[in-house]
Amino acid sequence: MLTNELEGVNKDVYKTDWQWQEGEYTVTRTNMWTAPGCHNGCSVLYYTKDGKVEKIEGDPLSPYNQGRLCMRCLDVVETFYHPDRLKYPLKRVGERGENKWERITWDEAYDDIVEHVKEIWRDYGPESIVSMQGTGRNICWQTPYLSYAGFDSPNFVLGFLSGDACYLPRTTIGHCFMGDFFVADMSQHLEQRYADPEYVYPEYILNVGNNALVSNGDGFFGHWIVDVMKQGGTKLIVLDPSCTWLASKAEYWLQVRPGTDAAVVIAMINVIIEEDLYDHDFVENWCYGFEELAERAREYTPEIAAEIAGVDAELIREAARAFGKANPGTVQWGLKVDQTVCGIPLAQALLSIGAICGDIDVPGGMMIPRCAYDIPDSYGCGMWFLSDEMLGKMLGVETSPLHALGFDPTANGDTVLNAIETGEPYPIRMQFIQSTNPIANMAADAPRVYRAMKSVWYNVVVDVFMTPTAIACADIVLPCGMSCERNSARVWWWPLRSIVKVADYYEAKSDEQIILELGKRLHPERFPWNDDIELMTWWIQAGNRFHAGWPHKTDETFPELCEKVIDWPDDWAYRKYELGWLRDDGQPGFNTNTGRCELYNTLFEAWGFDPLPYYEEPPESPVSTPELFEEYPYVLTTGARTWEYFHSEERMVPRLRESHPDPLTDLHPDTAAKIGVCAGDWIWVENMRGKCKQRVRINPSLKPDTVRSEHGWWFPEREGAYPSLYGVFDCNINNLTVQGVTGPTLYGAPYANQICKIYPVTKENDESMTVAVINTGEAK
Amino acid sequence: MADEKYGLFIDYTWCTGCHSCEMACKVEHNFGEGVYGVKLFEDGPRMLPSGKYEYNYLPVFTSLCDLCAERVEMGKLPTCVHHCQAACMKYGKVEDLAKMAAETPRSWVYVPEQ
Repeated sequence: MLTNELEGVNKDVYKTDWQWQEGEYTVTRTNMWTAPGCHNGCSVLYYTKDGKVEKIEGDPLSPYNQGRLCMRCLDVVETFYHPDRLKYPLKRVGERGENKWERITWDEAYDDIVEHVKEIWRDYGPESIVSMQGTGRNICWQTPYLSYAGFDSPNFVLGFLSGDACYLPRTTIGHCFMGDFFVADMSQHLEQRYADPEYVYPEYILNVGNNALVSNGDGFFGHWIVDVMKQGGTKLIVLDPSCTWLASKAEYWLQVRPGTDAAVVIAMINVIIEEDLYDHDFVENWCYGFEELAERAREYTPEIAAEIAGVDAELIREAARAFGKANPGTVQWGLKVDQTVCGIPLAQALLSIGAICGDIDVPGGMMIPRCAYDIPDSYGCGMWFLSDEMLGKMLGVETSPLHALGFDPTANGDTVLNAIETGEPYPIRMQFIQSTNPIANMAADAPRVYRAMKSVWYNVVVDVFMTPTAIACADIVLPCGMSCERNSARVWWWPLRSIVKVADYYEAKSDEQIILELGKRLHPERFPWNDDIELMTWWIQAGNRFHAGWPHKTDETFPELCEKVIDWPDDWAYRKYELGWLRDDGQPGFNTNTGRCELYNTLFEAWGFDPLPYYEEPPESPVSTPELFEEYPYVLTTGARTWEYFHSEERMVPRLRESHPDPLTDLHPDTAAKIGVCAGDWIWVENMRGKCKQRVRINPSLKPDTVRSEHGWWFPEREGAYPSLYGVFDCNINNLTVQGVTGPTLYGAPYANQICKIYPVTKENDESMTVAVINTGEAK
Repeated sequence: MADEKYGLFIDYTWCTGCHSCEMACKVEHNFGEGVYGVKLFEDGPRMLPSGKYEYNYLPVFTSLCDLCAERVEMGKLPTCVHHCQAACMKYGKVEDLAKMAAETPRSWVYVPEQ
């Protein structure tokens, strides 16, 4: 059994100390979290010599990953010391796009930024400064803190991710539904892991919108699912358009048309209620609005859902029965839940199915997490410095009460894009772009975002490599440190883990050092710490800012954490709603208006949104736009994860690129034959907005009308300057996606349910979409 | 003991195809482009007559696999076993692994030259 028991691990070699000497190497036990990007925070052993990381191993004594590592971490030394890493602060000397820079000092860089910030403060107001970050980077609180406490601006945003379609739809509805969030319980909050007597293996996992083995989304080590299948006999229900490895091992694989999952999940709720498989006790005592949910679900018979999603009605029934009878069942949800216009109602349906089955916060169920010690690891970190007037200027609050009330407080990317383009409601003058490469990765309609970003007066990029985004728009580029070069920590969610600096790289500084040194020059009183270590101690101790009760805060210092390596707080329990740990008033129940899981959402009702789960057809689909579908007769899903890369990163790392050299589009063999291509051939993937080219991979499990394309591709081996720009639009699937089409809450966007046509790339039609975008603004 | 042979056991029901063995091996031995001590093979997804899908991965060890002799000497496990994300690989004496294989459907034991 995989536990953290020391049994089986050679303790002469793997020690419990946090640091020791092994021959010529200093070995440091710590944890790894960005750069490069990742959603985990695995425990590692760094073997360093002369201030340089020579080797890395997974720490077998860590209950988190138990020694295991993925290929990106295994090869990370090659990434750490890649010759193309940014080494010094740079200032642009040519035109934007020319990729001409001069080396400057950090002081010169900070002075330049401060001068521009102060000018914008004076002439436009702080709200004209937008800060943004990429996903899966250890800057979830650092960039917001700089934005709010340093720049005085409410406009911190997620890099033009349309509909904030990553996690925020799920976290937001989670907070409206039960005042909290949930994660599938794989024993990750228990120090003894699977060996803890309180832990129960889930009987079923309902897996929707992710392939966690590859994606490891949201602080969840995907292979924990394999652990529970192997050790606990856990079975799977998988909704996925493609037969992933997990789907092939599932009892029930429901091959849904991309974007239709909500119809299936609501139909499953219908069956569970109809056949009386729900948990009467939990529904009666801890849920609100069951009758309304039942009535809504009745509209979604398995037959209706089957027709929408293209799956067998009987399979929906059987899957629903299996989940309804599972004790416990749990839900493993992921990004694709968010990447439809009905991301919020789909997430609401998944919360509802778990609640009516009594799976909320039970061992092996849908566990309610919060950050250990209530550490403010959030996009709201530092927001307390903003006046109500300034908060009211946050872009997006006008149109959505969810944004206005600070549920997952960020500005809305679609609204920021509009403001850049139109100058309304006010002009955007500066972008502080920290570890995000939007035009290569997360920005839907990448050519449009490119045009907007390069039109902004002053831009700063903080990153580890030169990127197409930086070349296109940056005036200052700052080199940031990788994980081994920073003093930091990982908390999301539990336990708290150290990130210890063991190496230096030229003049690169950690994100913590950068926000501290820059912030000090703007508002020294809000950045009182002398160094990154003091800053980290403040952060670790800054808990209980938002919650009255659980978790309690700590007075642990950062150096103390480094020695502990992993810190398990003692205030963990299941069924916290019974203990009065969740509500601000300390009473039992959930932290909602009604104190219950709101199957019928009272906040949504008050705001004029549909208070119950529903299904909405993707805005472009065989059903909603049949005429358009004749011209673009394939359903396009995007963004399936690869083992080798984290989004747009690591294309320059030789061993990883060797394993996955080209952008791939999956086609059914009949579809490939129909358009006359074989595996490895280049094809155009095209729709109304643009096109890109990718190479064919044959995937016999797909439906013939489904096309599945990779995202995040650019080519660091090519020229950076115009008109090459690292080929960023050549294979960019976001030439086809759309901005500004979201659910009514502004959350959720149809990244993964588009339509397209496909045809072979030939000598006659081959051209560079990057050149096209630079010359005409469009990928056509 | 000269006659004690060591090998690797793979419970490939659980091999998810994560490539960690492949990469761990390349890094450990500093293998260049196109050189592998273990290479991952993929079979599927392929539909069975029942309509279910077969989807298998198998790490295939090459003639360059030395069972991480240097690591084993230090008291560590071969790096592929240590880092396997599905924890479906074991290192040990061939006779012990063979017993394990007899009790584990869809598994195999690899014995390198030694």
